[in-house]
Amino acid sequence: MDPGIRSQVQRKAVVLLSGGLDSLLAARMMLEQGIHVEGINFYTGFCVEGHTHAVRWDRSRRAVRHSALHAAEQLGIRLHIIDVIDEYKDVVLNPRHGYGAHLNPCIDCKGFMVGRARAWMEAHGFDFIVTGEVLGQRPKSQRRDTLPVIARESGAFDRLLRPLSARLLPPTLPEREGWVDRERLLNLSGRNRKPQIAMAQAGGLAYAQPAGGCCFLTDAHYARKLRDLWNSRGERRYDFDDIMLLKIGRHIRPRPHFKLIVGREEGENHFLEGYRHRFIHLFATDTKGPLVLLQGEAEDEDLTLAAAVTARFCQGRDAETVRVSIVRPGGGEERRTVTPWPVDQLPREWYL
Amino acid sequence: MPHLDARHLFCPLPVIRVGERVRTLAPGDVLTVSCTDRGALQDIPAWCRLEGHELLASRIEPTGEVSITIRVHR
Repeated sequence: MDPGIRSQVQRKAVVLLSGGLDSLLAARMMLEQGIHVEGINFYTGFCVEGHTHAVRWDRSRRAVRHSALHAAEQLGIRLHIIDVIDEYKDVVLNPRHGYGAHLNPCIDCKGFMVGRARAWMEAHGFDFIVTGEVLGQRPKSQRRDTLPVIARESGAFDRLLRPLSARLLPPTLPEREGWVDRERLLNLSGRNRKPQIAMAQAGGLAYAQPAGGCCFLTDAHYARKLRDLWNSRGERRYDFDDIMLLKIGRHIRPRPHFKLIVGREEGENHFLEGYRHRFIHLFATDTKGPLVLLQGEAEDEDLTLAAAVTARFCQGRDAETVRVSIVRPGGGEERRTVTPWPVDQLPREWYL
Repeated sequence: MPHLDARHLFCPLPVIRVGERVRTLAPGDVLTVSCTDRGALQDIPAWCRLEGHELLASRIEPTGEVSITIRVHR
C-alpha cells in the first residue's frame, strides 16, 4: 500500500456479493487495498440456489449451498442477506428499461440492488459500494451506456466502484479521494472470463459457476411458465408461492382456465402436498403415482379430464381404468374411475 | 428454549429468518431451528461462523428434517 495515496481512516465498502466469480474478485481487490469490506446479497425469489434439486429427493444428497455465504467465508467478511421478495415485484412487473431475452429486467434489477445497497451504506456509515460488473460482459446491464444509468438511478453516483473495469471508466469518488489506488484496479472488458479465472486460480479462490445463470428470469422455460400464469389470470401479478411452484413439477395446461402441476418424483410430491390446502389436488388411489395440483377454475368435465391426466402419469397408466381421488381444499373428496389419457397422445402444446 | 420453524423454506430464507430471529435474542440465548432444505446443514453453520455465533448441534432427524441448535454470541 502506498502511504502517500491512502487515507489514514480505514474506509468501508459494501460489496454486492452474488457468490459468482466477478464479485468475489472485486471484494478481494478491495481487501487487498486495506478497505473494510462487508457483503450484501439480495434474495428476490428468482435466485437460482438449487431449489429444484433441494426438492427432488433423488438429488437431494447434494447439499444446497448459498454461493454468496461461501464466498464471504473465503473472503473472511460479514455477509448481509436481505429478503427483497416483495419490493422486487415492481422491478419484475414494471421494468422501466424493459426485459432482456426473456423476463429478465437486468438494468432495473441492477439499479434496484445498487439502490438498496446505497441505502444500506448510508444507514450503516459505509463509504462506497463495490460491484463485480465488467464493461461489456452482459448485453443489457453492463454496457458502456447502461453502467452510468445504474449509478444514477440507484442514487449511488460516484460512490459506485467497479474494480474489474475501473480503469476504463471515469474515476469514482473512492479513486479521486485516494481511498483506493486506481492504478491497482483493472481494465477488463467483454465476455472473455479467462483473466478472472486466472486471478481466481492464482488466489486460490473457489467460486460458483451456475450452469443456467443465477436468475430464473433469464431461463426461457421458466419465463414461459410465468407469462402463462399472468395470461391465465388476465393480469400481471404473482406471490411467493406462485414463483416457487413454477420451479417444481411438470406444468400442463389442458384448458385456458386451469392448469395441472404434476409431481415428477417423491420429493416433488412431498413438496406439492404443502399446497393441498390451497388447490384441488388429485392422486391415483390404487397405484403409485404423482400428486397433482389443479390451479384455476374447474367444471365437472374438467375434473374428469384432470383425473385422466393424473392417471396417465401413474404406474397404472396402461390399465383400462384407474381410480383417482379428487380432493377440494375444504376437504371434500370424491373418487372417479377414469381411462388414463393415452401416454403418447398428451398434446405437446399443453406442456408449459 | 426459542425455536424457529423454517420448514418448507428454501435456501437462503432459513438463513435470513435465523438472522432476523437472532437479532431479537440476547447473548447466551440458545435457538433451535427446524428446516426441510438440507442446504441449511451447510448454510446456517457458515452463517454462524461469519457472525460469531456458536453451532451447538446439527443433525438430520428420522423424519428427514434438519435440526440445528445455535448459541447467540453477540
